[in-house]
Amino acid sequence: MELVCPAGSLPALKAAVDNSADAVYIGFKDDTNARHFAGLNFNDKKATKALEYATDRGVKVFVAINTYPQPEGWIRWQKAVDLAADLGVNALICADISVLDYARNTYPTLNLHLSVQGSATNYESLRFYQQHFDIKRAVLPRVLSLKQVQQVAIKSPVDLEVFAFGSLCIMAEGRCHLSSYLTDQSPNTCGACSPASFVRWQETSEGLESRLNDILIDKFQPNEKAGYPTLCKGRFEVAGTVYNTIEEPTSLNTIALIPQLSAIGIKAVKIEGRQRSPAYVAQVVSAWRQALNSYKTDPNNFTVKPHWQNELAKISEGTQTTLGAYSRPWQ
Amino acid sequence: MKLSLGPILYFWPKQQVYDFYQNIIDTPIDIVYLGETVCSKRRELNTDDWLELAQQLANAGKEVVLSTLALISAESELNSLRRICCNNSIIIEANDMAAVQLLSAQGVPFVTGPAINIYNGRSLSLLHQQGLKRWVMPVELSAHTLQSILTECVEQGIKDKVETEVFSYGYLPLAYSARCFTARFRHLPKDNCQFVCINYPDGILVNSQEKQPLFTLNGIQTQSGSVYNLINQIPSMQKMGIDIVRLSPQSHDMKQIINQYHAAIQGETVSLIANDNQCNGYWFAEPGINSCL
Repeated sequence: MELVCPAGSLPALKAAVDNSADAVYIGFKDDTNARHFAGLNFNDKKATKALEYATDRGVKVFVAINTYPQPEGWIRWQKAVDLAADLGVNALICADISVLDYARNTYPTLNLHLSVQGSATNYESLRFYQQHFDIKRAVLPRVLSLKQVQQVAIKSPVDLEVFAFGSLCIMAEGRCHLSSYLTDQSPNTCGACSPASFVRWQETSEGLESRLNDILIDKFQPNEKAGYPTLCKGRFEVAGTVYNTIEEPTSLNTIALIPQLSAIGIKAVKIEGRQRSPAYVAQVVSAWRQALNSYKTDPNNFTVKPHWQNELAKISEGTQTTLGAYSRPWQ
Repeated sequence: MKLSLGPILYFWPKQQVYDFYQNIIDTPIDIVYLGETVCSKRRELNTDDWLELAQQLANAGKEVVLSTLALISAESELNSLRRICCNNSIIIEANDMAAVQLLSAQGVPFVTGPAINIYNGRSLSLLHQQGLKRWVMPVELSAHTLQSILTECVEQGIKDKVETEVFSYGYLPLAYSARCFTARFRHLPKDNCQFVCINYPDGILVNSQEKQPLFTLNGIQTQSGSVYNLINQIPSMQKMGIDIVRLSPQSHDMKQIINQYHAAIQGETVSLIANDNQCNGYWFAEPGINSCL
């Protein structure tokens, strides 16, 4: 399985490449990509350097142009596709059908991948994208159980990539408007979920409050570790009880599933985290590289080494990890 | 401008569903969307029951559309979808690209619901080429964006070939998950959910720790915690050329709401339905939770 790694900056890309990623995915410095954060991502100069660094070392570069353009922004998405094609990237990762259509018609030899934001959770959807836009690969949303991933894989007309590690988005990606409901910005429209510019921390007599656009997302006691106010990981009140109504702050970690994912025929595993530091990228990529190599060398005797898990646990949200939707009881 | 009744998003007992539709027969609703769109485990009515109900409503003069599941993740769900898409008589609302694929492959015209991501006129035009005849825009888009999309439709030459419907009343469908939040609230695993959704005919309200209504839990769906209501935007929607206004069923007062919307469409000045907990921010390009005058 190919190891696909995130890079929000050139140092992060170098960290991924130096730790033996098979492919690195990046985005441009605007709302054309679903990780649109201030100070991150690539302009054309940095992207050129990224391409040089990666391709010189035999590592592929994918570009995510995976938000949904509204009419007035179309020219930005068109230019992003043009720039990626000029750079000679190995694939574009797209979600919107007009972007896919433009890329297919303008650059017929450019590989297209369906982004997780395309929200295709079954093989009939994949057929649509394959037949109309000749996509070569699709990234599956993090809502399928392992058995469901298998059902998709058996009849999928394209290669499949699944999430391996990182923040756990528990809604079907591409079909979640919770962020825009509270802030007016969402992954689909602006490439951001629970955007940092709306976050406010406030020390009060009752504890540390985290707010998103002035709405209270969580309240932490002095002995608690305060998490980023991602709205779906907040503590809310339902019928008099306060709890993590939607999900606890935790990270997805599927290292234990490497044999099953490989047996199903999954072609690539994706590490989440273009917003993370180069050190984070280096740590995750290194652990996953070791795990994949270990599996490749001796597939019948694969065991998860404690030091991989320890390394990964240290950098997980709330230092917790989960198999997420891959494991049915989680659902 | 026509009035439509969207699919029931909650899990109601079979008799309640029948009573609900019996009650709307003599209302000025033009189009009725039927079927389960949220969770495939909700089977108070099976496909045959829905088809029979569709026939009854059609006989009563309503245009009927069958709505399909929004998040299709299992083989069994694809099998049900195939059955619905091959019914040969009733038009289908696709809420997942799987339905778009099945319907376009058969060359059958279809409607797309708000869970299909159409954010621009180019995408709309591409889907029109595949058979789309009506669409409901994603709920997070604004009037301004909708106007730009309609302008693009003129440029694409499809303005008169595609009907535009706007989700205008009800709890907004905001997200879909693998996890059932209603079961989680009741400390039940999804695989043994005991169909507890049936106890919450309008979902479960989620408040912030400061008692601010935020969301509504409805099985695997998360909805807004406030009722979206665009009744005072009817005149501007009429000017924009919106064809259909969609009301999303709630367990109470639907007749009154239908009548108020009908009156507004006829040009009467209608005061807002008395309910503090309303929102309309999305329409004004603000956070959806906001309430703008």
